[in-house]
Amino acid sequence: MHNLLNNRKTEIRLGIVLLAMIVGLSLGSDSFFTLNNLTSLLNNNAINLIWAVGLLVVLIAGGIDISFAVASSVVQYLAVQVLRQIGGGDWVTGIVVCGVIGIALGLVNMFFIYRFRIVSIVVTIATYNAYFGLLMFFSKGRNIYNLPDWLTDRVVMFEYEAADGTWSELTLAVGAMVVCVVATWLLIQRTNLGRQLYAFGDNPEGARRAGVNVAAMQALAFGWMGLMAGIAGLMQANIVKEVVPNALIGREMDVLAAIVLGGARLGGGKGTVLGCVLGVMFVAVTQNGLNLLGVSPFAFKMIIGGAILVAISTSNIDFADLFRRRQEAAK
Amino acid sequence: MTDANTERFALRLKGISKTFGGLQALDDVDFEVRAGEVHCLAGENGSGKSTLIKIITGVYQPQKAELFELFGEAVRSISPTGARNRGVSVIWQDLALFSHMSVRENICFDDMVGLTPKGVHYGEMDRKARAVLERLGVPLELDIPLEALSIARRQIVAIARALMNDARLIFMDEPTASLSRSETDHLLDIVRKLSADGVAVVFVSHRLAEVLEIASRVTVLRDGRLVGVYDCADMTQVRLGELMTGQLIENKVVARDRVDAPKVMEVRGLSRAGEFENVSFDLHAGEVLGLIGLIGAGRTELAHVLMGMRAPTAGDMRVEGRPFRPSSIRDAIRQGLAYVSEDRLSLGLLQKQPIEDNTVISVLHKLLTRLPLLSMRKRDALVRSWVDKLGVKIGRPSDLISTLSGGNQQKIVLAKWLATEPKLLILDSPTVGVDIGARAGIFRIVRSLADSGLAILLISDEATEVMFNSDRILHMAEGQIVAEYDPRKMTVPELEERVYA
Repeated sequence: MHNLLNNRKTEIRLGIVLLAMIVGLSLGSDSFFTLNNLTSLLNNNAINLIWAVGLLVVLIAGGIDISFAVASSVVQYLAVQVLRQIGGGDWVTGIVVCGVIGIALGLVNMFFIYRFRIVSIVVTIATYNAYFGLLMFFSKGRNIYNLPDWLTDRVVMFEYEAADGTWSELTLAVGAMVVCVVATWLLIQRTNLGRQLYAFGDNPEGARRAGVNVAAMQALAFGWMGLMAGIAGLMQANIVKEVVPNALIGREMDVLAAIVLGGARLGGGKGTVLGCVLGVMFVAVTQNGLNLLGVSPFAFKMIIGGAILVAISTSNIDFADLFRRRQEAAK
Repeated sequence: MTDANTERFALRLKGISKTFGGLQALDDVDFEVRAGEVHCLAGENGSGKSTLIKIITGVYQPQKAELFELFGEAVRSISPTGARNRGVSVIWQDLALFSHMSVRENICFDDMVGLTPKGVHYGEMDRKARAVLERLGVPLELDIPLEALSIARRQIVAIARALMNDARLIFMDEPTASLSRSETDHLLDIVRKLSADGVAVVFVSHRLAEVLEIASRVTVLRDGRLVGVYDCADMTQVRLGELMTGQLIENKVVARDRVDAPKVMEVRGLSRAGEFENVSFDLHAGEVLGLIGLIGAGRTELAHVLMGMRAPTAGDMRVEGRPFRPSSIRDAIRQGLAYVSEDRLSLGLLQKQPIEDNTVISVLHKLLTRLPLLSMRKRDALVRSWVDKLGVKIGRPSDLISTLSGGNQQKIVLAKWLATEPKLLILDSPTVGVDIGARAGIFRIVRSLADSGLAILLISDEATEVMFNSDRILHMAEGQIVAEYDPRKMTVPELEERVYA
């Protein structure tokens, strides 16, 4: 038990802070701890969480990806073209098409990183620009409104109407998010492939010498990220019922920061699904809380940035150790 | 050759040759290891030891091989995984383990390699890992991350991992380089246990004393050629050193009396709570003062306090008679101290920078033009002068420092510090990972520096090193100076007895 606590320090600390925030906001605001607010918190962050677990896999394998949010937009645009060609399709074809395009975009990153031995941050900054540039060029920046009917239909996983008439529901995106989170957990925690990803991110040379297939690991990490980007793209189109080329760009940094907050290491070999979810929810609850407390939306970015800085800079402080030192000094 | 005869060999190689580009790395080398034998593969850096190991484990293919047999079976070609399946494991010097993964996963890692998806059963892993650790007689906690273990413990994990693959032939590359004496003894015990179990162990080590202690036979390589195979029973350290380097390296006590020379440093009652206490000594100009003690005796901690990296909790220091209380390492350098740290690779050098920048990093302020911009001309002149003075073998000054051998890297570290024109030089374990030939070169430099008036504090845990290079010896144990010895009135075995007992 002692070890479990030690190994999961970041997650436990973040969990406690998150819990404290939730308790505080529940007491400080009438509207925080309501079914309506909690469900919309999940609805609004499902996309971020899907991306986050994909990016987590890349970080564990020692890489980084900046291009995934833009990739989701590219997936949306291309998938709609493909679906129109095949006569509209349905959810199954939609998921397959988006998944395949997403994986292909991820493998483009992997190809340059692996084949030309370029650091992943450089490659994905390049593809981030290239993907977005191509998307804007071909779409001419125009939104697509006439999506297949099934895609714009509201799919509700859960709904509830309170006595006062407030409507609470969980969208399909939340369902997809849960599937992605569980699948990612299974992959990285419970399969030999996932453990090889950790090993490869931890010590690439050691993994290579042990016979780990380096190309396959890179392909798995970036392919998984691509698959998640594909699913996220599809779900986001379902939520907003249109494809807006520049709707998602800019959200990649928040996701990255949230994952690092959750204990993933920029350099590989470390990170958990639990920490990743807590990191995203920490940012989400902070923003939600500020909203409910009536803080100006213009201050959000500043406050969230500050909160992340405080959280990350205190995450290496061993509070037990500090306390001990203070005791010694007092003697 | 009958079957009964070949079965007794774990490995037989004859006529192995390998070239890289135009360079002949191995030239017609024979190498045999008997089953269950502890065998030492000795040679300086560049003698072909690693190339040979890499051929045996399938990392390289030989250009020519007259005979390649593993456990009595002929080997046509072999891949790293193939070698592992045949029972050959290598424990590299860097261990090739995964620091953020748990001990259990590190031990069982090779089971997980491959692209066929498989579930991971942590319970079964625990059972296997525990069984193999029991065989080694070392209980370890299984669910802590590897990085929480000491280097010595990580070594055990690496051995356990090799045994998980049913290894019958294990290569250990410099396994003791960063272990203390008692940790080394423990490791050697484990090696003996493996050998008794029928596992052959090939030991690659610079530390000749422990090589002779553990191995039954030694194969010596020099410049890619086989020098010979010898029984360790009738081998001496001096003879082995001679076979490896091709030159006789004499160990002679060179101590002289320097106590009449002016005192460069006086230390009185220096303490730092929890690390060392009441340390007092004088260090004179031109004197080499050996400070011997086991890892953990407080030697490095003392050096850190002298260099102003940590503050003492009690005591006084004086440099050339003036009170000395450095507030930072920069302050200590300004007042004439220099410190060659024990961890050369990570702390002493900027591995990804060129030789020239590594040499001048400590004296950048001396290289400024009036503008204050760096003068490349001044830098080149300074680098050239130190490379010449210390006889460092380099290609071009703009080559990366990592292209140099361990001995030459260490000389660059020395140059970097000597460029600050110190009065007192602290050398902390200066020859870890350095060839014996290059060691002699480094100590020749140390001696000539002392002759030119520099005071030197030589910290080491090797009795021979301190014995043959110091004028006086301080013995540090458990944070205290417990004795002072005169190398002229002492023998190496006596010193070892006192320090290691």
